[in-house]
Amino acid sequence: MPARTDIRTILVLGSGPIVIGQAGEFDYSGTQACHALREDGFRVVLVNSNPATIMTDPGVADRTYIESLDLETVSAIIAKERPDALLPTLGGQTALNLAVELFEAGVLDQYGVELIGADVDVIRRAEDREVFRACMHEAGIPVLDGRIVSSLAEATTAAEALGFPLILRPAFTMGGEGGGSAATPEELARMAERAITASPIGQVLVERSIAGWGEFEFEVVRDRNDNAIIVCSIENIDPMGVHTGDSVTVAPAMTLTDTELQRMRDVAIAVVRAVGVETGGANVQFALERSTGELVVIEMNPRVSRSSALASKATGFPIAKIAARLAIGYTLDELPNDVTGVTPASFEPALDYVALKMPRFAFEKVPAVVPVLSTYMQSVGEVLTLGRSFGEAFGKALRARELDVPAEVPDSLSAALACLATPRPDRYDVMLWACDAGATAGELASASRVDPWFCDQIVQFAEARRAVRRNLVELTADDVRSAHRAGLTDRDIAAATETTEVEVIAQRHRLEVRPSVHAVDTCAGEFAAASPYFYTAYETETEAPSPSGKVIVVLGSGPNRIGQGVEFDYCCVQAVQAARDLGYEAVMINCNPETVSTDQGVSDRLYLEPVTLETVIEVAAIERPVGVITQLGGQTPLRLAEAIAQAGIPLIGTPPHAIDLAEDRGRFGALLHGLGLRSPEWRVAPSATEVGAATEAIGFPVLIRPSYVLGGRAMAICHSAADVDEYLTRERPQGAVFVDRFLERAVEVDVDALCDGQSTWIAGIMEHVEAAGIHSGDSACVLPAQSLGPATIDAIGAQVGAIARAVGVVGLVNVQFAVVNEAIFVIEANPRASRTVPFVSKATGVPLVRHAVRLMLGESIADLDLPEPRPGGYVAVKEAVLPFSRFPSTDPVLGPEMRATGEVMAIRGSFAQAFAAAQRAAGQRLPRSGSVFVSARDADKPDAVSIAGALGRAGFRLLATEGTGRALGAAGLQVEVVRRVSEGADNVVDRIAAGGVDLVINTPGGRSAHDDGAQIRRAALRYGVPCATTIEAARASVQAILSGGGSPARPLAIQDVHRAVSTSR
Amino acid sequence: MHRPALVVLEDGLILRARSVGADGTRTGEMVFTTSMSGYQEAVTDPSYLGQILCFAAPMIGNYGAGPGYCESGRVWPEAVIMRVAGNLPGAAGPMGWQTWLTEHGVVAVDDCDTRRLTRHLRDHGAMRGGVSTELGDEELLALVRTAPTLDGRDLAAEASGPRRSLGSDGPVVVAVDCGMKASIASELVVAGARVEVVPPTISPAEVLAFDPQALFISNGPGDPAAVADVVPLIRDLLGKIPVFGICLGHQLLARALDLSTVKLPFGHRGANHPVRRTHDGRVEVTVQNHGYAVELPPGGRDGIEVTRTSLFDGSVEGIAAPELRAWSVQYHPEARPGPNDAAYLFADFVERIGK
Ligand SMILES: Nc1ncnc2c1ncn2[C@@H]1O[C@H](COP(=O)(O)OP(=O)(O)O)[C@@H](O)[C@H]1O
Ligand SMILES: Nc1ncnc2c1ncn2[C@@H]1O[C@H](COP(=O)(O)OP(=O)(O)O)[C@@H](O)[C@H]1O
Ligand SMILES: [Mg+2]
Ligand SMILES: [Mg+2]
Repeated sequence: MPARTDIRTILVLGSGPIVIGQAGEFDYSGTQACHALREDGFRVVLVNSNPATIMTDPGVADRTYIESLDLETVSAIIAKERPDALLPTLGGQTALNLAVELFEAGVLDQYGVELIGADVDVIRRAEDREVFRACMHEAGIPVLDGRIVSSLAEATTAAEALGFPLILRPAFTMGGEGGGSAATPEELARMAERAITASPIGQVLVERSIAGWGEFEFEVVRDRNDNAIIVCSIENIDPMGVHTGDSVTVAPAMTLTDTELQRMRDVAIAVVRAVGVETGGANVQFALERSTGELVVIEMNPRVSRSSALASKATGFPIAKIAARLAIGYTLDELPNDVTGVTPASFEPALDYVALKMPRFAFEKVPAVVPVLSTYMQSVGEVLTLGRSFGEAFGKALRARELDVPAEVPDSLSAALACLATPRPDRYDVMLWACDAGATAGELASASRVDPWFCDQIVQFAEARRAVRRNLVELTADDVRSAHRAGLTDRDIAAATETTEVEVIAQRHRLEVRPSVHAVDTCAGEFAAASPYFYTAYETETEAPSPSGKVIVVLGSGPNRIGQGVEFDYCCVQAVQAARDLGYEAVMINCNPETVSTDQGVSDRLYLEPVTLETVIEVAAIERPVGVITQLGGQTPLRLAEAIAQAGIPLIGTPPHAIDLAEDRGRFGALLHGLGLRSPEWRVAPSATEVGAATEAIGFPVLIRPSYVLGGRAMAICHSAADVDEYLTRERPQGAVFVDRFLERAVEVDVDALCDGQSTWIAGIMEHVEAAGIHSGDSACVLPAQSLGPATIDAIGAQVGAIARAVGVVGLVNVQFAVVNEAIFVIEANPRASRTVPFVSKATGVPLVRHAVRLMLGESIADLDLPEPRPGGYVAVKEAVLPFSRFPSTDPVLGPEMRATGEVMAIRGSFAQAFAAAQRAAGQRLPRSGSVFVSARDADKPDAVSIAGALGRAGFRLLATEGTGRALGAAGLQVEVVRRVSEGADNVVDRIAAGGVDLVINTPGGRSAHDDGAQIRRAALRYGVPCATTIEAARASVQAILSGGGSPARPLAIQDVHRAVSTSR
Repeated sequence: MHRPALVVLEDGLILRARSVGADGTRTGEMVFTTSMSGYQEAVTDPSYLGQILCFAAPMIGNYGAGPGYCESGRVWPEAVIMRVAGNLPGAAGPMGWQTWLTEHGVVAVDDCDTRRLTRHLRDHGAMRGGVSTELGDEELLALVRTAPTLDGRDLAAEASGPRRSLGSDGPVVVAVDCGMKASIASELVVAGARVEVVPPTISPAEVLAFDPQALFISNGPGDPAAVADVVPLIRDLLGKIPVFGICLGHQLLARALDLSTVKLPFGHRGANHPVRRTHDGRVEVTVQNHGYAVELPPGGRDGIEVTRTSLFDGSVEGIAAPELRAWSVQYHPEARPGPNDAAYLFADFVERIGK
């Protein structure tokens, strides 16, 4: 059966902003699906609020809405675009839940939209924990004993029946959000409520804990002929109790007998049939008690998922693309396996390598959170590596994580083993340390409950590492080869031999030990495949491709982490496409499976490898590129630029000395001075003890940060010597400390520009909503700038031009400014693509990266025929999305250190409307009426009065804490003073909990006010009440509310916006 | 502690490896399987007689070895080649895989570039090879070049086990054991048959003496054209009682129906082979282990239906002669190791003959 002819327009929902549990993997699957559907002649309408995605590029769908993924907005889009069908299985849990909402609201019926891929019954059977259990029982499929609850009382009864410890699993959530394990009635009481609120239907499954059982996943694909295949089995090395998203996982399963494996395969297919997934991909999770053989189904997801993206990349089988084509009527045997070209998609991939995924955590970014892994996901990214042995994949993955903060190691073997009893983010590092301290595989296994086979592999890895703890020059070719075959990277060998990676590479080359290259061919070598997808190993024969044209290598950004996310992947993919359009062969290097860049169909060739010097040098030796691009993948490749150039590999774009000029504080300071540009006064304190002198010279307030960290970590604003002391005691900075004059109430401005080394073209001057002091990645921003006068705008443009030229930028540059009244201060210049490049590209319709690539290849700004940057009457707002709901014990305030995981965007006719729409897309539903609670620090009180006054006039009831209340009252406003938490019952938190507050405005004061305010902000977060934590955000919110609160009426397709923008020029 | 070992192919490819099993030198037809699970089941499959088995999957022996995972009473490949062989106890039993191989006297090596070997066989076709823990390159190569090829050798009798009766109830099936995997017999019993296992040298009269409801021809090693006794046996009984064949049994049924068999370039060995059923178009993921295939003349043959086709290379995967009540499949519905998609075939068969 070929594609259906009774449908023409298909609506595809994306997954929205990157949050923990839902990252770029849905950009990968959605983009793939859109391409597949359009190839088959369908018209695709896409909705996704996340601008940092490839899928929202105007060329991917016929109609693209960068709009909030909510019922009202999508209903309006349906009314406008009249799709025949909705494909909800590609946008993660967000899309699935929204599809159910649209159905329940009658919107799909009203407009005659058919759900394809999964209908509502299927979604309910899979996602509603109660219906799922009933369905499994009926089909005779084993599930764990458990109770469905929707109140604390029910949870307590369930606990009596089941006994502690218990696991709470909310329905219709993802990444285990709101769930967890409870060992005592107190813990249960604390967690039950949270779990119930986390579930959109208020339903939680309470189960006996089976932490420690083996956890396995199967990726099933089924077509309408009832053909079902297993794309891949995945084994979680971390047993049950650690969310699969936080577990180290390996494909194919390593420790299962064929009997166990086939049993799971049969059950997985039975689950998919029972739930009724007729076409597409699904993921089934199992727990296996190894000693008794008891097998239970944990859950199934009737959609593509993080695991299916992983499985696709682990096997070369593009699940999303196939699923999309199955949804429109094809069967598996009608679809080709693109890799072999000669066989159909109805087969099960055979692997002759090991694929290993390792999570990347960012606990250092959320202080006050105990880094313990549980059943809800906390990692922010992951890496996938391939090797010809388990060790190879494991060792590469350890390296590919790019830890900013080295794992903490215990001080004794017994401490190490004790520490392993609780799953922590650094448990594998601790295990390796324990191996060196003499731990056996058996000891590791009983301490951690990780299967002994994996522990033995880890012991072998540690042994291999010890074997090279010698003098580098003494190592023979065999030693080095064995080390690599055991999984060591050159950096590991460098660490063991106390040398550098560069020295190890040189020595390895002298010894003529070079990696072999292997294709991911889906068939374990059985067919001659034209695969563009490679990994390296140390075998006796290489399958290295021979480039047939001029090659450009693009370096990716490695695992997602806070501060370096999919926006860089967007840039890399754009570059690959640009290079291909310009007639080059584009080669991609990256190890992040949650990306479009690691889709084997995107580049001419993909190397799934850690983004390290070792990889770049070896790939360059094969590909002989005319240029390597390091400026698009964030800091990861930028850090390698110098060494790549030193290795004699042609680098294109901003040269390393220019990068250094921009990144080195001293040199950059001198450069600004030479150009006569101002920057906040700053000093370097050579050590912590000299910070006092530095602050004295500058004067308070100051911004302090250690010199050795990137990404704004451990930054703090200090208003007094006491603050400084507290900072120094808390952070104990090693080495030099930077002290900057902190500019108060400054408007922060972010500029993205293109430069050819001489001329500069300003792509966008963005004004931040929050004042300087809130990290640029965490603040909302608007394009064009709203409050800056033309003179300031021109001056900023001129300054960017001067800096870019003086630095010697070729390609993209980002400069951040703080503007105090009319005075412009330069905060920093990044000689690379910035986080805002996708936003600016989409707001203006100018594909910045494509132009940047042409500049890197030698063209000049004048050659590019760039438009006058004028966003034609539209205002675009970008809002950050923060991970606080994952970490309920943290205070959700913003500061100079970035915490956002993702972003959303909205375009409207005015700032107020765009800001409102962006808030809505970010999940902050601004009220149109009701009660506002205001509590502002002293400095903000005057502003608070005017803001509250506006709200009062608009009919809002005003609530406030005492001090703020007094200020409001004094200004003649009607206000009810509400008790602080410490003042007893019916306090502000109680009010929030009871639903008596619709908007919270709470700006943190000094440290003392912290506790009270923190409780208010946490309560707002917990009960989903919109909360402004800066006075600027509060002001913008009020403007937004007064403009109509982000009404979803008249959503704008990006294609229309771009057409309007270009014709207005 | 592991001795170095050598793997060679008759065309001169030489690969280094290390011994993880018994010492010695073996030659045979070099084949690879892409199956990722069930290593112990694989090496105890009698169809590997006369062959050297290379596992394309790299991590073999991860979960130990034990008595519950044997498809017969011994190890059949002349030698086993792996990328990484494990030696820990595990779910399959308390014995490490290397130890098990050593105790079974199997010449086994790991640390070998199995992907290269696989790709080489894929590109150059099946050929003789050798594995040695003792000989040098030239000696081993010379030995390999003088070793007999598989073609034309009747190995069925050698692979056959003792006569035995299995099951207690149901229709009687006489199963001709050409190297039958244990799970075929047990699947037949589970499906409700009484199974009389007999050697390939059995006469038609002896078969009929069981008063059977059906004849079953098993899988087995080697070249179907060389198996002397079974084709006449089938011819004699065709039409008298239903006949069902698996793998070699399928090829022998085909030959009994005057179809020909040909050698495949490098065979089908794996657990992921898609096969389309003619009657309903559905696809089964099947387990395969064969080096020869059945061919029909262009335009087909009256009275014979092709019931199943490989989606990998279009080769014949199942035939039926409905008038004669004879059916066969090229693949392994009993799986072990591999997916159970086709397990229904046993129940179907027993149900049909029960009627
Ligand atoms: N009964 C249980 N005992 C112990 N751990 C459990 C139990 N149920 C689930 N888990 C763990 O919780 C994790 C998340 O649960 P799951 O239902 O899969 O949530 P999600 O829908 O977010 O994937 C699983 O990966 C597993 O490790
Ligand atoms: N001198 C300053 N005065 C006020 N705010 C500042 C100053 N320097 C930095 N900031 C704030 O701190 C944030 C992070 O600083 P930045 O130097 O950009 O670090 P990063 O390298 O993490 O981007 C900025 O976005 C800005 O809001
Ligand atoms: Mg799950
Ligand atoms: Mg910055």
